[in-house]
Amino acid sequence: MALPKYTEPHYRIWHYIYLTICAAVFFFLIAPLFVIFPLSFNAEEFLSFSDGMKRLDPDAFSLRWYKDMIYGTKNPWGLAAKNSFIIAIFATIGSVILGTVAALGLSSRHMPYKGLIMAVLISPMIVPLIISGVAIFFFMAKAGLAATHTGIVLAHIILGTPFVVITVTATLSGFDHSVTRAAASLGSDPVNTFMKITLPLILPGVISGGLFAFVTSFDEVVVVLFLAGLENTTIPIQMWTGLREQLSPTILAVATCLIILSTLILVTAELLRRRSERLRGINR
Amino acid sequence: MSSETKQILTTDGIPLEVSLKKAEKKNKIKAFLLVAPLLFFLIITYVFPIGDMLFRSVDDKMVTQMLPKTFKAMENWDGQELPDEEVFAAFHDDFIKLVEDKREGKLSTQLNYTKNGFKSIIKKLRRASKKFEEGNYKEQIMSVHKRWADVEYWRAIQRRAPEFTGQKYLKGMDMYVNEEGKIVSVEEDRRIHRVLWLRTLEIAFFVTVFCFLMAYPIAHLLATLPMKYSNLLMICVLLPFWTSLLVRTASWMILLQQQGIVNDFFVGIGLVADDNRPEMMYNKTGSYVAMTQILLPFMVLPLYSVMKTISPSLMRAGKSLGGTPFVAFWKVYFPLTIPGIGAGCLLVFILAIGYYITPALVGGASGTLISNQIAFHMKSTLDWSFASAMGLMLLSGVLVIYWLYNKIVGIDNIKLG
Repeated sequence: MALPKYTEPHYRIWHYIYLTICAAVFFFLIAPLFVIFPLSFNAEEFLSFSDGMKRLDPDAFSLRWYKDMIYGTKNPWGLAAKNSFIIAIFATIGSVILGTVAALGLSSRHMPYKGLIMAVLISPMIVPLIISGVAIFFFMAKAGLAATHTGIVLAHIILGTPFVVITVTATLSGFDHSVTRAAASLGSDPVNTFMKITLPLILPGVISGGLFAFVTSFDEVVVVLFLAGLENTTIPIQMWTGLREQLSPTILAVATCLIILSTLILVTAELLRRRSERLRGINR
Repeated sequence: MSSETKQILTTDGIPLEVSLKKAEKKNKIKAFLLVAPLLFFLIITYVFPIGDMLFRSVDDKMVTQMLPKTFKAMENWDGQELPDEEVFAAFHDDFIKLVEDKREGKLSTQLNYTKNGFKSIIKKLRRASKKFEEGNYKEQIMSVHKRWADVEYWRAIQRRAPEFTGQKYLKGMDMYVNEEGKIVSVEEDRRIHRVLWLRTLEIAFFVTVFCFLMAYPIAHLLATLPMKYSNLLMICVLLPFWTSLLVRTASWMILLQQQGIVNDFFVGIGLVADDNRPEMMYNKTGSYVAMTQILLPFMVLPLYSVMKTISPSLMRAGKSLGGTPFVAFWKVYFPLTIPGIGAGCLLVFILAIGYYITPALVGGASGTLISNQIAFHMKSTLDWSFASAMGLMLLSGVLVIYWLYNKIVGIDNIKLG
């Protein structure tokens, strides 16, 4: 953003103040994440930079906490990671199927009571998590599903579907319905049309909705805190307990892994978003 | 009749209008069938349980069912003086039954909610009741403890007779029904819930304001920079957005601790003395700082998506018509961004008002919000009906905001990333 040459001095000053503010806000947003990175390689059991680390002494850094995370005795992280992935994968599959099918119905011109139904479908995203947690806990306790994987998966499907519904409806808003009519006129049945025509076109939206659902489930802690028993512990629960009881550097090692995971998800989501924007651009 | 026109028929001989309506109806059913699985799933697992919360929050059958004879006998009691032998005898009958079922503990917990002091006298009564002789229960019960001879305690029992009660809602507002049946506030030093409601509103409000003040300039920068730079900077917004909430909270716990980097920095530039490091965590400051950073992306993204649609030529036109850059900004650009501001502020406010994890970890005692109190009653005191009542009070607040959001922005216009 170069300023034109004729800019008056005081506007020039304002412009630089503006850029400084922006830089400060970006720093505030992103810097906290990068604190975790070096500290997770700390050779000592402190959560601040040791003198050795400040001098960049190689002895002050170690993989000790990563080893502890993987091989540590009585270590909860293995079980937690396994549970987290299982729950997140099943919750994502459930959310994507239910959400995509519902989005197809919602974007039909003929859908009755669209506003009301949309409000119900989106509500788990708007209602504060603590209230969702209480309500879902009451249901699961009655259904005998508290402290089971099934219960947690169902809870995460509830929380994940709004994201799928929103992303898929958005993708469908740019969808040219004449292609499905063309397929039908050529003798294709609705299921075949969906699999061969609609799905490939809306796939970017479906996948990015699925990513949202995956992350929602993988990070979710409030509802799981109500539902989980010892057997169903997840990564967020272990982090929560760890942060409450004692902040050990092992948590930072786990956090670093999570940041790497979220970077991967971010890159995938961005690529998909651009692809879908390109596709929609062609359609218009 | 002259107005009679010839009906248009389809090839099957059915009037076109009927045939179209039929097709329309079929399409409606088809569309609805697609939505139905998710809709019914959510209604069963989510909407009904929230209704269940409403029921639990007013349900007070437990005591009603534990002391059926007592309440029947109490119907003739005016509540002025101690009840007569009939009530005492009925209470004795009910109580013996409860002791047989080992449920008298539950009764004492329930009655203790209504009036403090029931726990010990019920324990004493259970021990004494084994030696009770038949007849004249009034004398015998009253001799167990002087509180049993206090009419206040009998009135407290009577207040639990109805099957439904709004008492939990009153408690959530630090009010209660006093002996005369009037709604009054509790003493000033015991008003914990009002403080929490106000603090929740205050923190949610200021977090929204801070987020807005920080998000506006960077959203503007992102929207006006050339694509190749803005994509790079967008990562700074999206990476925190996709990163686990607990990871971000953990990083603030490291930064804000007394020996942490922020304090080191303050000491380094000589702002505070090394032996006088301020406490920045486990108080309101911690909640403010961490919540603002965590919710900032939710403000940036809607603002950005609105600003992206504003043509830069509008600002140039404003300037060419003689406005200074500030006037052009204030009169042209800012009004156009108002939909984005509305969306972002409401989104952040809704999220902040129900925040639980971050305040619980960095908020300490003075930075916790109403959600923490709900979780406390769910997990520690197990007063689920009170937790439900407070949850629903919070929910009704959020629904009002949601409704506003829908009016201003429309829920179909929510954009993610």
